[in-house]
Amino acid sequence: MAETKPRRISYRAVLPFRYSAGRAASRFFAELRDNKRILATRCPKCTKAYVPPRPVCGECFEPLKEWIEVGPEGTLVGYTVVHFPFLDPLTGRERPVPYGYGFIVLDGAATKIQHFIEETDITKLRAGMRVKPVFREKRQGNFGDIESFRVVG
Amino acid sequence: MERKVAIVGVGQTHHKARREDVNMMEMVHEAVLRCLEDAEITIDQVDAVLIGNMEHFEGVNLSDMWAVDFSGALGRFGMKITTGGSTGTTLSIASYYHVASGLFDTVLCIGWQKQSEGDTTAGLVSATDPIWERASFAGAFGTFAAAATQFMKEYGVSEEHAAKIAVKNRQNGRRNPYAHLQLDISVEDVLKSRVLAYPIRMLDMCPASEGACAMLFASEEKAKKITGRPAWVAAAETRHDSPFIGDVPMFMDLRTLRAASSAAYKKAGITNPLKELDVIELYEPVSWAEIAFLDALWLTEKGKIRDLIDKGVTNMDGELPVNPSGGVLCTNPIGATAMLRVAEAAIQIRGKGGARQIPNVRTALATGYGGNWWSDVMILKDRL
Repeated sequence: MAETKPRRISYRAVLPFRYSAGRAASRFFAELRDNKRILATRCPKCTKAYVPPRPVCGECFEPLKEWIEVGPEGTLVGYTVVHFPFLDPLTGRERPVPYGYGFIVLDGAATKIQHFIEETDITKLRAGMRVKPVFREKRQGNFGDIESFRVVG
Repeated sequence: MERKVAIVGVGQTHHKARREDVNMMEMVHEAVLRCLEDAEITIDQVDAVLIGNMEHFEGVNLSDMWAVDFSGALGRFGMKITTGGSTGTTLSIASYYHVASGLFDTVLCIGWQKQSEGDTTAGLVSATDPIWERASFAGAFGTFAAAATQFMKEYGVSEEHAAKIAVKNRQNGRRNPYAHLQLDISVEDVLKSRVLAYPIRMLDMCPASEGACAMLFASEEKAKKITGRPAWVAAAETRHDSPFIGDVPMFMDLRTLRAASSAAYKKAGITNPLKELDVIELYEPVSWAEIAFLDALWLTEKGKIRDLIDKGVTNMDGELPVNPSGGVLCTNPIGATAMLRVAEAAIQIRGKGGARQIPNVRTALATGYGGNWWSDVMILKDRL
C-alpha cells in the first residue's frame, strides 16, 4: 500500500461566555467604577485583607463579611517587560509589545494583584518601587477600569 | 493499612514539537504498547486504566472516552484525571492509591498532550480567572518573569545562575533519546537568546512538546512476578495553595513543595535528603524555577541552595544529580510532563537509563508542579 501523507485539519472556534461575577466582585467593581475606590474583604480570624475580595478565607475557611478600602497606592514586588507578542484570546489579536506587567501589593492588602505597568523601560523598574493606579475616564465596572499602574515618587 | 506498591513498567514516545504522523489517540497507543512491552505483560493483566491531559489545549473533551480503544480501557475500570500541570503526578499518585488500597492489583496510567494542535496561550488563559486575571495575563513566561525579579532580589540569584541550569538540563537531554530538545548550548548562548519577558530568555523556557508516557503500578505480589527490579513507592504527597496568582507572598518560595517534601521524607524515613537521595527528577517549567524549587526540598539551609548548585552537586556527575533526563526544559507535553518525572525516577531505580543512567540509584525523588503552586512529591526506592 502506498504511504499516505499525514494530513492536518484546521478548525477555528469563537467561544462566547458570560460569567456571573458573584457578590464580592459585583460590589468591588461597582465601587471601582463609581468612586475609583479599591475594596478588599478582611478575615476576622487571620486579619488578612484580600484583593480580589472573596466571600471565604481559604486558610481559615471563615466567611468574609468585613469590607475595607485598600490602596490606591501600593508597592511593586515583582515586575517585567514583555517582549514576546502572543495572541490575546480576549481580543483575537496580538497584544502590542513591549508592555510592562507586575505584581503589586496595595497598601493594606495581604495579597498581590497583577496588572500592566506603564513603564516599558526595564532599567527604570525595581522591586520595591511605589506605584499608583491610572484610572480610565470612562469606566465600565471591570478590572480594565484601571488602565495600568504608574511609578510614583 | 496500605499495601506495598511498585512501578513495574514504563513507556514513552519520542517527544517532538509536532508528531504529524499520528493523531492524539495513536500517540497514546504508542506509549501504552511500550509500557506493556517494558513490563512484559499483556493488556489482559491490567485491572484499571487512568488517563489524563489538559483538555483545553486540544479543545477535545471526554478525552478518556476518545482514548478507550487505544488505552486498553474498553470494558475495564478507569477514569480521567486532569489537574493542569500536575496531571502526570496526580495520575501516578492516584495509581498508587488504587493499588495500595487493595482494590486493584495492576493499574496502567497514561499522561499525554498533543500541544501543537491548539493554541497554548489560549489553553493556559482558560485556567485564569475570567473576571480578575484574563485581561492582563501575560502568559506563563510573563508570570514567571515577574516572579523571577522578586526572586532575584530576595535570594541574590542572577541571570547567569539561571542560564547555567538551562545549559545543564539541555546537555543532560542530549543523553536522553526520548527528549524533545537536544541542544548543545552554552551559558553565552542562553544570555544572547531573545528576551521573552525580562529576565526570562528564550533558552530559559521549557518547550511545548507532543508526547505520551505510560506506567504500570502493581501490588507487591504482582510486582514480584512481573519483574526483578521494581521501583517501590515509599511516599506520595500533594499540597495545594490559593488560586489567585497574587495570593502567596512569593511564588518562587514554593511553600507547597516545602510542605509536601517534608511530609514525604517523614513517610519514607528520610532525615538527611542531601545524603539519602541519589537522584531528583524535578518539575522545572523555567530555568529559574529549578533553583527556587530545589531550595524547597530541604537539602540545605533555606535560601542557600545556590551554594550547592555552584559546587556542582546537582550536575550529572555530582553528589545529587537533578534532572538527568533533561527535565521539563527539554520535554514538555503538559499532560505527560509530571508523569515523566516519576517515570524517569523509576527508570533510574530500575537501571534502565542508558546514557543518562546515574550509578547506584537506590532512592529517587520526583516532583510535579502545576498552577497555582500545586506540588506533588513521590519518593521511589529499590526496596522497602
